[in-house]
Amino acid sequence: MSGLLRRNSGSEALREILLPLGRMGVFVVGAGAVFSAIMLVLALLCRGSGADKLLVDSQGINIVTYTLVNLPQVLIDGVTLGFVYAAIALGYTMVYGVLEFINFAHSEIFAIGAFAGVEFLIGMDRLGVLKAAGPMGSYMYLVLALVVSMVASGGIAMLVERTAYRPLRNSPKLVPLISAIGVSFALQDIIRLVESLTTGQFYRVMPTFGDFDKRLPLFSIKTGQDSTLVDIQIKSIVVIGAAVLMLVGLNYIVNATRIGKAIRSVAQDRNTAALMGIGVNAIISFTFLIGGALGGAAGLLYALKFTRIDPFVGFMPGIKAFTAAVLGGIGNLTGALLGGIILGMLESFAGAYLGTFTMGAFGSEYKDIIAFLVLIIFIIFRPSGLLGEQVSQKA
Amino acid sequence: MRLLELENVNSYYGKIHALKGISLTVEEGEIVCLIGGNGAGKTTTLRSISGLLHPREGTVRLMGKDITKMAPNLVHKEGLGLVPEGRGIFPRLTVLENLEMGAYIVKDRAVIERGIEHAFALFPRLKERSSQKGGTLSGGEQQMLATARGLMSNPRILLMDEPSMGLAPVLVDQIFDVIKELNAGGTTILLVEQNALMALGIAHRAYVLQTGKIVLSGLAKDVARDENVKKAYLGI
Repeated sequence: MSGLLRRNSGSEALREILLPLGRMGVFVVGAGAVFSAIMLVLALLCRGSGADKLLVDSQGINIVTYTLVNLPQVLIDGVTLGFVYAAIALGYTMVYGVLEFINFAHSEIFAIGAFAGVEFLIGMDRLGVLKAAGPMGSYMYLVLALVVSMVASGGIAMLVERTAYRPLRNSPKLVPLISAIGVSFALQDIIRLVESLTTGQFYRVMPTFGDFDKRLPLFSIKTGQDSTLVDIQIKSIVVIGAAVLMLVGLNYIVNATRIGKAIRSVAQDRNTAALMGIGVNAIISFTFLIGGALGGAAGLLYALKFTRIDPFVGFMPGIKAFTAAVLGGIGNLTGALLGGIILGMLESFAGAYLGTFTMGAFGSEYKDIIAFLVLIIFIIFRPSGLLGEQVSQKA
Repeated sequence: MRLLELENVNSYYGKIHALKGISLTVEEGEIVCLIGGNGAGKTTTLRSISGLLHPREGTVRLMGKDITKMAPNLVHKEGLGLVPEGRGIFPRLTVLENLEMGAYIVKDRAVIERGIEHAFALFPRLKERSSQKGGTLSGGEQQMLATARGLMSNPRILLMDEPSMGLAPVLVDQIFDVIKELNAGGTTILLVEQNALMALGIAHRAYVLQTGKIVLSGLAKDVARDENVKKAYLGI
């Protein structure tokens, strides 16, 4: 009987670390397997079609071989993108969980993270320390930049909540939503203004340093005389690794710590939480802080992967991460992870195969449409998402 | 000692004048019950005490300290526990986590553990359900959990809002037995009830509320003998 809590918290801690890791593994492997299978079936169905003939003429391989050869690279890219979406989606879903409102300014919180981290690295680059840093040093600077991004984004997110959402908390739900859209525009233009005034341009480029651009060859696939090399960029590994660490950390905070339980209590019943002595405002601020910090870190990871950023950089990833959150079941943290991975995969598959399978009628630039189709389909047919809450909202 | 004192409390919902000058006291060690029909202002009185609703006029004092305009989380820290209307169980926290949240202001793990042991001794059913989500419990179990959770912070006074609501008669008896037991153990209780007969049976003193005003007060046994009370609330 005694030691009830202590025994629980000991094994609970380990469980809360292993469980999300296991879940991520299942989601990645599961989504990868499902999408690969669908793609292969499509390829088999398309044998002998115009697309198939075109491929045989131009590259000397049939459509099934083409699909198989490209599959590993598509999967790697999908997972990388998926984890970035998941990290952003968590910001939407946490705030929704606590306040039942979509923080449309989250995409700009993401952009602020990208700019803060990139500006920090540009500054370091000017000082010359970035190029001089050894392989370990470059990782240290990246971690420092991540911290800068997280602090900047987390801080701004808290500030936005305090000034633009809290005064409206008891207003009808549409009102803070409109305020969020306003904040979104304001932050975009503030970034643009600050960057134009200080640097004379409003886009920035991530400095190249370390060996993040290097590609690690994994294996090669032989098709006749040709062989296709499958490789992974070091920065993709960094993105996946950093995102996994943050997601596990967040899961631990929310599920196994006192403040995490307080967050869930506030999300489920704000008045009762206050009656238990929980400072509701402090908890809501903290939710914005960690959601913002995650979004900011995702911003820097995005900048690392795609190099060029501008004040509007948050829009697309933001709205896709929102889609991921809806897809997984908004308000549900595991759902955001699942939604992010599925959406990342979907986009990667669409980007790689859409052009070939439609003989160029729809190029890979149409991949964005897929994300929004998913959003529309889910909002119409399953608004609670894939992992919508099982237990009733209020007891 | 006077634990709780309300003096001429006036509370509003927007323009609706819900409490019209409520004055009441709860002494240490008492069970005081507040009875009245629907919309009489029973829950509003508890909300005005606990800080969920701030009275526009009047004062609420807890152990002599003015808590009228305090936020609910701070009122709780002053030693006031509340078992809210509709139980307020966190549906997606486990029974154990719900209990832990009841002890949110307690820093000492050992004290929290003792509280949980005490809760499980009081309601063995909760121990069986300890890893189940709060939302999956039956109404009676939720009431047990809400009561146990309200005690987790060792409050000086426990406010209970309609603990018998929606419960089978056998469970109502059980809950009232627990209230008596708690009081015998030294917990002061302010009880709000529609089930006036049962409430008057265990309370020391009673207040009768009607449309936001106290129309009668006194020893519970005297209130129970009042002709108007008999007719209106006891159905005798």
